[in-house]
Amino acid sequence: MASKKFSSQVAAFEPVGVIAAQSIGEPGTQMTMRTFHYAGVAEHVPTGLPRLIEIVDAKKIPKKPIMDIYLKSDYRTEEKARDVAYDLESVAVKDVANVGDDLEKKKIIVRFKEKDAKELKVTFKMLRDAVEKASAFDTSVNDAEKILTIAPRGKKGLEITLHALRRLANSLRSALIKGVPGVKRAVVVREGGESFIRASGYNIEGVIANPAVNPKKVYTNNIKYIESVYGIEAARNAILHEIKQVLDMQKLYVDIRHIMLVSDALCAEGSVKSVGRHGLSGQKAGVLGRAAFEETIKHLVNASVRATDDALVGVTENIIVGQTVPMGTGKIRLMVSMPKKHKAKKE
Amino acid sequence: MAKPKKPAKVYVNGKFAGEYDKPEDLVKRLREKRRTNELNYQTNVYYNRKTREVFINTDSGRVRKPYIVVEAGKSRLTPEILEKAKSGMLTWQHLIKMGVVEYLDAEEEENTYVALDEAGITERHTHLELDPATIFGITTSMLPYVEHNSSPRITMACAMAKQSLGLYASNYLNRYDTKAYAMYIPQQPLVQTSAYRVLGMKNTPAGQNFVVALTSYKGYNMADALVVNRSSIDRGLGRVVMLKTYETEERQYPGGQKDKIEVPDPSVVGYRGEEAYAKLGEDGVVTPETEVDDRDVLVGKTSPPRFLEELSVFGAVEEKKRESSLALKAREHGVVDSVLVTEGPSGNRLVKVRVRSVKVPELGDKFASRHGQKGVIGLLVPQEDMPFTKDGIVPDLIVNPHAIPSRMTAGHLLETLGGKASSLSGAFMDGTSFSGNTEEDYVKILKERGFDESGEEILYDGITGEQIKSRIFIGVVYYQRLHHLVSNKMHMRSRGPIQLLTHQPTEGRAREGGLRFGEMERDCLIGYGASMLIKERLLDESDKTVQLVCTECGAVANHDFIKHKDICPVCGSESVEPIEMSYAFKLLLDEIKSLYIFPRLVLRDKA
Repeated sequence: MASKKFSSQVAAFEPVGVIAAQSIGEPGTQMTMRTFHYAGVAEHVPTGLPRLIEIVDAKKIPKKPIMDIYLKSDYRTEEKARDVAYDLESVAVKDVANVGDDLEKKKIIVRFKEKDAKELKVTFKMLRDAVEKASAFDTSVNDAEKILTIAPRGKKGLEITLHALRRLANSLRSALIKGVPGVKRAVVVREGGESFIRASGYNIEGVIANPAVNPKKVYTNNIKYIESVYGIEAARNAILHEIKQVLDMQKLYVDIRHIMLVSDALCAEGSVKSVGRHGLSGQKAGVLGRAAFEETIKHLVNASVRATDDALVGVTENIIVGQTVPMGTGKIRLMVSMPKKHKAKKE
Repeated sequence: MAKPKKPAKVYVNGKFAGEYDKPEDLVKRLREKRRTNELNYQTNVYYNRKTREVFINTDSGRVRKPYIVVEAGKSRLTPEILEKAKSGMLTWQHLIKMGVVEYLDAEEEENTYVALDEAGITERHTHLELDPATIFGITTSMLPYVEHNSSPRITMACAMAKQSLGLYASNYLNRYDTKAYAMYIPQQPLVQTSAYRVLGMKNTPAGQNFVVALTSYKGYNMADALVVNRSSIDRGLGRVVMLKTYETEERQYPGGQKDKIEVPDPSVVGYRGEEAYAKLGEDGVVTPETEVDDRDVLVGKTSPPRFLEELSVFGAVEEKKRESSLALKAREHGVVDSVLVTEGPSGNRLVKVRVRSVKVPELGDKFASRHGQKGVIGLLVPQEDMPFTKDGIVPDLIVNPHAIPSRMTAGHLLETLGGKASSLSGAFMDGTSFSGNTEEDYVKILKERGFDESGEEILYDGITGEQIKSRIFIGVVYYQRLHHLVSNKMHMRSRGPIQLLTHQPTEGRAREGGLRFGEMERDCLIGYGASMLIKERLLDESDKTVQLVCTECGAVANHDFIKHKDICPVCGSESVEPIEMSYAFKLLLDEIKSLYIFPRLVLRDKA
């Protein structure tokens, strides 16, 4: 057992980072620009190389954030899942109504769009409630034509300014009628005999509040967001999962340990870092190493201002200076234990 | 009632010219006028029905293609006209003038409905294709059986046809091209196309008809290698001569000084040694038909010194002339073919020396058929070891059968068959696309001459004499020798010149350079952990220098030869150590200093 453990261990001073980089980079060159679609979500979610770059650059919000929401066992049938999806999907006023402003009469007119509303299963009453809640002004209702008219007043009984009117109209447009904010287009997907909900957008707290949602199985591809909700270890797992998914989708096999190393490196500082000059490479120890990568002058000038020493710990620095690199065989120091009589001669 | 349409816009050569109510009518009338010569035949008219725009183009730069005009379901090229054209009474120009044939540009083509052949003409057709093969360009139309090949291979075949060696011009011996090749025994292909004949390509052939067997040979033709009959090569197969012209000029310099073509005197600066000038005549130019190699001087030349020297106390100094002879490049050899002495464009004496060298096919030289089937020679086999047929036919070339299925070049097989039929019947075969000789034609000929209709034959092993178990497809294919010759590319270096600035090895074959050990190669060694090897590649075998470094201030120090001391020029300290570093690093330090930043090297004993 012990010997198995030791034989599995990587040799000391093995440059695992370079090997990981090459092991991911080489299959990366074969990655096709062909994109695969996520079942259900009509939008184009980046996969392949663009997505890989996104992960590695530690983008705040991915180009197309999505969520996978799994349900408690009672809700896993397709019909029930659909109901939950309906509850989660957010609908704003602008999705079901035209919000227009009458600048002359200083009024806001909300015209109900029945066709769109029917698709989203929103009634006129729901719209009315949402608008009344958001505006805090008197709303006159025309039930026949399904038009809401709001006549807002300004502060201290003064007439409202045009600017404020515009602002109010805008806030009305984005007022939520129903659903969880940030969650759009929730679709029920069946995979492996289980129905779950795939939605675009992200809002874990909001989704968990729904009693039908299994709070232990909510996933989003927004890594930075996962970090802010669940912490760095979850983010590490998410990076691992996302990279693996990108590679699997292209049918490329990369040993999981390489990906683990990358996600470890990205998270080692306690927050998700990017590779590149703002992240990992920008934090290299040596001045020469950083100068050799990007923004050469900046690093040299800063170093001269602060009289920085380069301790020559990195690979690049040592190559520049013309020494053996501190990796592999270059890191090994031999100490010869001399026979005793010679030992006395030392120094 | 349909609402009246707005008038169509009319553009002449891209400029708005006016509006017209009935564009269809306008277009029709303009075309009729073109066909009756009221308008120049180069005019083209295009009507876009969707945007209601008429474009009339008469300007240059449009690609145009001829079509036969069809009217009311009838070709204007009637049998009578065709007969007259065949007998020579009517020329192509006549046909255009008569409105039988007209040229269409890319735009007007959009308004046409072209029939592929006369039998397929209906009422709706407006034009008739001259020949289906006219859809191909010049290069493609010279390849046989393109319609049987896959498109990527056609593209490759076209690209390679332009790299073939043959007779590029019949006056090549009177020309002084910088570099030219001429084939010893060029042949016209046995399977030709109509375009090949029309363009008279047989006058500038670019290949030879090889007897090709489709089989393996001891694994020496794996992965697009070719096994070639050495005896065929000895008989002149694929042999070419390379003619290379070197030239030099007696230049004039400001101040009335001039170069001089002569045998340089040993006192000249940069004298190359007596040996180098041994082949020069009295006039300083090599004599024709002398064998020259390596760095032999072809034209001896001396130039005036670059800087005028000061007058010494004894009066004018004797002029130290510079050596500026024209010499053969390293690792080249040949025979001086001819020497030309003329006057250059600026009136100076100009000498051109043409050196010829025979390029016999060797291991690694590239050949290709006209179907994108390229390969390099992998083995040369003497005729006695090659397989042979019962008639004693020995292939010139053995191609691996794996080259065929995945590339889908059926045309290659068809040409093999055609070449064989042609050799047997003594007539050229027609491989024109869509209309050439068919497989059936060839099968018939082969059968008549007592050969297997499939083109396969029983071969006997040249070494053991045993019959080879399976029958082997063998025939004649036109192969081209491509100008990627090993002898022009082979390159190696163990030691050699270095660059002046960086002290690193030079780059490129012409400068006897090294092969770059680049960033990714470096990464691989890092990944492998071979740190000493990285140091060897990047330092010891590149630009290693030993620089003196001051232990006190960390600046690069130097040796004072007058005081015989190592001294730091910055702080004056004499505590200076020799440090091994790359010259590029020393340059980096210098450059950083030029930025007003003082880099200090902190020295420490290695642990």
